[in-house]
Formats: sequence, structure tokens, C-alpha cells
Amino acid sequence: MLQMGFRAALPQRDWPRKGPLQIWTFPRGSAKRQGMNAPTPNSFRTLPDDRGHFGQFGGRYVAETLMPLILDLEREYRKAQADPAFQAEFDDLLEHYVGRPSPLYFAPRLTEELGGAQIWFKRDELNHTGAHKINNCIGQILLAMRMGKTRIIAETGAGQHGVATATVCARFGLPCVIFMGATDVARQAPNVFRMKLLGAEVVPVTAGAGTLKDAMNEALRDWVANVHNTFYIIGTAAGPHPYPEMVRDFQSVIGKEARVQMMDRTGRLPDVLVAAIGGGSNAIGLFHPFLDDPSVKMLGVEAAGHGLDKEHAASLAGGRPGILHGNKTYLLQDEDGQITEGHSISAGLDYPGIGPEHSWLKEIGRVDYTSVTDKEALSAFQLLCRTEGIIPALEPAHAIAAVQKLAPTMGKDQIILANLCGRGDKDIFSVAEHLGVSL
Amino acid sequence: MTRLSSAFAKGRPALVTFVTGGDPTPDATASILDALVEGGADVIELGMPFTDPMADGPAIQEANIRSLGAGTKTADILRIATEFRARHPEVPLVLMGYANPMTIRGADWFAAECMKAGVDGVICVDIPPEEDPELGPALRDAGVSLIRLATPTTDHARLPAVLDGSSGFLYYVSVAGITGMQQAAQTSIDEAVARIKASATIPVAVGFGVRTPEQAAAIARVADGVVVGSALVDLVAKHGADAAGPVKELTAALAAAVHSARTQ
Repeated sequence: MLQMGFRAALPQRDWPRKGPLQIWTFPRGSAKRQGMNAPTPNSFRTLPDDRGHFGQFGGRYVAETLMPLILDLEREYRKAQADPAFQAEFDDLLEHYVGRPSPLYFAPRLTEELGGAQIWFKRDELNHTGAHKINNCIGQILLAMRMGKTRIIAETGAGQHGVATATVCARFGLPCVIFMGATDVARQAPNVFRMKLLGAEVVPVTAGAGTLKDAMNEALRDWVANVHNTFYIIGTAAGPHPYPEMVRDFQSVIGKEARVQMMDRTGRLPDVLVAAIGGGSNAIGLFHPFLDDPSVKMLGVEAAGHGLDKEHAASLAGGRPGILHGNKTYLLQDEDGQITEGHSISAGLDYPGIGPEHSWLKEIGRVDYTSVTDKEALSAFQLLCRTEGIIPALEPAHAIAAVQKLAPTMGKDQIILANLCGRGDKDIFSVAEHLGVSL
Repeated sequence: MTRLSSAFAKGRPALVTFVTGGDPTPDATASILDALVEGGADVIELGMPFTDPMADGPAIQEANIRSLGAGTKTADILRIATEFRARHPEVPLVLMGYANPMTIRGADWFAAECMKAGVDGVICVDIPPEEDPELGPALRDAGVSLIRLATPTTDHARLPAVLDGSSGFLYYVSVAGITGMQQAAQTSIDEAVARIKASATIPVAVGFGVRTPEQAAAIARVADGVVVGSALVDLVAKHGADAAGPVKELTAALAAAVHSARTQ
């Protein structure tokens, strides 16, 4: 069920329906990645603060060994942000290597099937490597090279971030070590092989349940022992400051493009944005450029696993604020602050935390959050295959399941824009298993 | 004088020992702590178990898993501390662990519980000076020492921030890495301790990778204290609830080496 508050908060249909909105003097067809309106005094886009906090969330909760490195990283990132050559190289790689801008696609048959709002997809599943993860990896490896680092490490859950990291390491000729929970290594064999083909060393992590959070612990242990030459490419908008901000900025290309494309195609902004959330990098990448557009509602979709009263990975719905992996954010944990294991059909959403900016956006009420179960995601996965000829990853299948509930409650002149953040090739084996088909 | 400052004012270097609370079970910890005291340890660090000990090597990771697997709760750690204080009124006791279990009920709650239990100091691995408001003010208000870590990456410019608000002693982590792995070169330890002692008004204890009496003695020649953890935790792993004997034996050997390091 979507939260009642969200439904009640849906915009009334009293905005301009055609042509550029009065409040946004946005030139149609202007340069691709300049879709940003200027921040207003009450902007939702001014955080984090100087200490890396989003309200009470975020921060830099790391061991002293890492602290000087984190401060150095922030300084270097500020310099890179101010350097047009850095931005130009990032843009060039996104265009010619990743294949951006990704298309904005109107889904006619899904729209018809659901019988309500028009459904549009931002097609980040068409990126090189098949997901949005590569956007961030390009940005971070350019930063690593600016800093003179000669070795790259990363954590991965489903393997998408591991593949994207191994890809950019191959592209730039840097050695790459990927930490992956032993359980995930077993259930994501194709991605393990991909990483190895790309020249990465994959280290199975047996500690804990052998999933994403254990892989992140092990990556932090490696980093702390190799700070002098190693850059840690974190895969989601979480971790110690400046990672949540940096990953968000690199992923914001999704929302910036979508904003321009939507204006070009329809002359207006979407009514609702929808995106799946594990750590939350694809969602914050889509949402952030729209945060100061008051007419645009946003819905983040967590993984409810077997159900919120059973095993799940919905940190906002079922967790509370705590400190893990360098930041304060909503976490699944017990009364003593011991972290509990997340569960989702989607290995990419199987994490007991969430990026700190989402925790803040939830608390201030700018973004609504809901969750969908494994079963609902599986059904949405099949729906998209059947109606649009697109096999989505199980992560965006969660977003599609939320769209499935939301669209019929909205008018046909309203627009939902969902982020199709990854393609489903990697998931066909587990989907087959869940559907009782042996391959 | 506080218990901690007394421990470093005996005219000889101090031995600081670490074991994980609740390993192998909450009930077994008391006899292991007593063995540390009987062996001659000057300061006891009691580890608070955490599901995600990302600064620890395999030995202490496994100790955390054993402890949590035995059902150890924060209430057990506080009870172990309270009972230790009743048995050993003069031996300083320090809780060491991670931010989330320490702050989840609020820093004020944790600081008050530490004070009630007779805990002298707290080492929180993942709260650097930049996040001090999360825990530091509550501990200082409660009269519990906040013991910070300095590392090989803590440069001259940063050291004052680490020392500001620290008390009890400064824990110098001699290697950039996790607990229980390699030991730093003695010359780098000598240089770092000299550099830190030039700025610090509190004692400096050195740890990470110290396993043998010989290593401990070499460090004790320059530092105010030597911290040994993983080597003791390994004995608990091997002997379980019967670890008190072997723990006392190793502690005695370490204590003899540390205490006499400057007289030999």
C-alpha cells in the first residue's frame, strides 16, 4: 500500500498544462545538461553543510586513520568541481563511452494497461554496463587519477557496481580489487565472471552473512591498510562525507537530462518521479535536480522483501537512525544498535541502510517513501516485459510496482517519470527460479 | 588522581590489555578480566561487541561474532563492568567499541551508564574529532574520559584537534590498518611517539600488532603504555571459557617485559 499521506498530497490539477511553466523560465532545447533552475533561498539543494551533514544525518564517522584521507578527498573534489577540464572530461566519457544522454521514453502500452497517468521512463538501463552505476564510477575514477591514486577498490552486492568499477579500471588501466560477500559471489556468478574478464580481482567476504554490508566492511578494512595509494569507489550515495554528495552529483546527470528532455517533449515537468532505493543513488540522481520544483512530487521505493513484518530491506519504513559505514542514517537494527541483515529478492537493494540525504528528505517531508514486496516486484518485472518489450532489473521492478499502484489513482493528463536504472539480463536466472522454471 | 592517571604514574610503563566482552559468553568474561588483573595489567579495555567491526582484523571480528552469538547485550557489558568495579576498586576500566551501540539510546544515557558502572574511559573507533558532539560532551559532563586514537596518518596539523577534548591517555595506533595484523617498524613507532609526546599532556599508549613480550618491551622503552589485544583474544578463541589460565600467563609475561623495559 502506498502511504495515505502521499496520495493525499498528490498535486491538484491546477498547474499550466501546456508550454513552459511561468515560474520556470526554462529555454526549450538549451544545452543538454543545464536543466537546473537557480537555487531559491528555501532551496532543498544546499546540503550537505560544511561538516557533511544533511540535518542530523550524514557526517564523517570513520576511524582516525581514514579521516585525513576523507578531508583530502573533499578538498580534491572541490577543486575538481571548479575545474572545467574535469567536467568536460566527465561529460565526454558519459557521452561517448557510457552512451548518454539516455533516452526518455513514453511507455504507451503500460500506460494503457494501468489506465491512469502517462508513464515515462528514464532509460538508464541502456547505459554501457547496463545500469546507472557507471555514471558514478566514471566521476570517481577521474577523481582518483587526479589524486594520484594507483589502486582502486570497491564493494559490490549484486555485482553491478563491481562490474562498473572493473569497467572503468580496465578503461584507465588501474588495478582493481572488488569485495563481494561470499553469498553474493555464489548467487551472482555471471557478474563475478564479468568482473574477472575485465581484469578485476574478486575477493569473496565470508564474514557475517556474506552480503553487501560485509563487503563494505572488508573494503573499509582494506582501505585503512592501503590509504597511501588506494582510492575507494563507493557505489551508492552513502558512506562518509563527501561520498553521499559526490555520488549524488555524479548521478544527477540522470535528473538533469530528464528535466530537459521532459520539457522538450511535453513542455512541462512531470507530476511524480518514482525510483527504487537500496542505498539510493539512482533515486537521488533523478530527484535532486527537481527538488526545488514544488509541483513535482517524488516517491522512493524501498524493498519490502517478504513483507515489512518479516524479512525486508526497507530501512526508512522499518529502521531508525544510527551510525554505520561512516554516516548517520536510517538503519535496520535491534534495540542495542546491532545491525540486522536486509532481505530482498533484488541483491542490489539488500542493504540495511540508506543514503543519508534520503533520511533527511524523508524527515522534512519533501520526498515520500513507500515499499513493495518481492512478489509485487516480480509481477511488475513481468508486466514491463509483456507490455513494453523491456526486461528491467529487479531493482527498478520495485519502482514499476509502485507505479502500478500509483498510476490508476492519477488523471490521464498527469505524468509519472520512473527511473529504469538497470536492465534485467543479470536477473533472469533468479527470476526463473522464483517462477519455478529451470534453465 | 583518577584511576587512569594513577595507572600511568607508577614510575614505569603501563600494560593495557583488551578482550571482547561476552566472549565466549557473558558469564565467562569476569574470570578472564580477573586473569588480566592478576597477570599484572594496569588498564583493562573491555570491547563492546558490534555486528560490523570494520576497524578490526579477523581475531577480534570473530570474538565479536562469538560474543553476539552467545546473546551478549549492552546490558551484559554494563553488568560485567559494574561487577568488575566491585571486585577491583582501583583498576581502571575502559570500554572500547563502535559508535552505534554507544549512541543508539542517546549519548547522555550511555555516559550516565558508564559513570554508574564505574567505567573510567571510552574509546569509540568511529567518532573522530569532527563528530565529537555525538558523544564527547556527554562523556565529559559525566566525568568519563574520552580516549581518542591517533594514527600514522594523523599529521602535525591535525594532532591538536585529536588531543583537544581527549583525556585519560592517547591511544597511538602504530600501523595504518586493522587490529591484529602486522606490527609497525620500531623506528617509525619511536619517531611517532616522540612527535606526539612533544604535543600531548596526557600519556601515550601504543597498540595494534603487538603480540609478544619482546615487541611490547621495545615499545615500552619509548611509550607510556603498550596495548595488547588480538594475542589475548586468540587465547580466548582457543581455550573458550577456560581461557583464564593462559590469559593470565601471557599477561604476566607481557607485564614483566613492559614494566621492566626501561630498567634493563
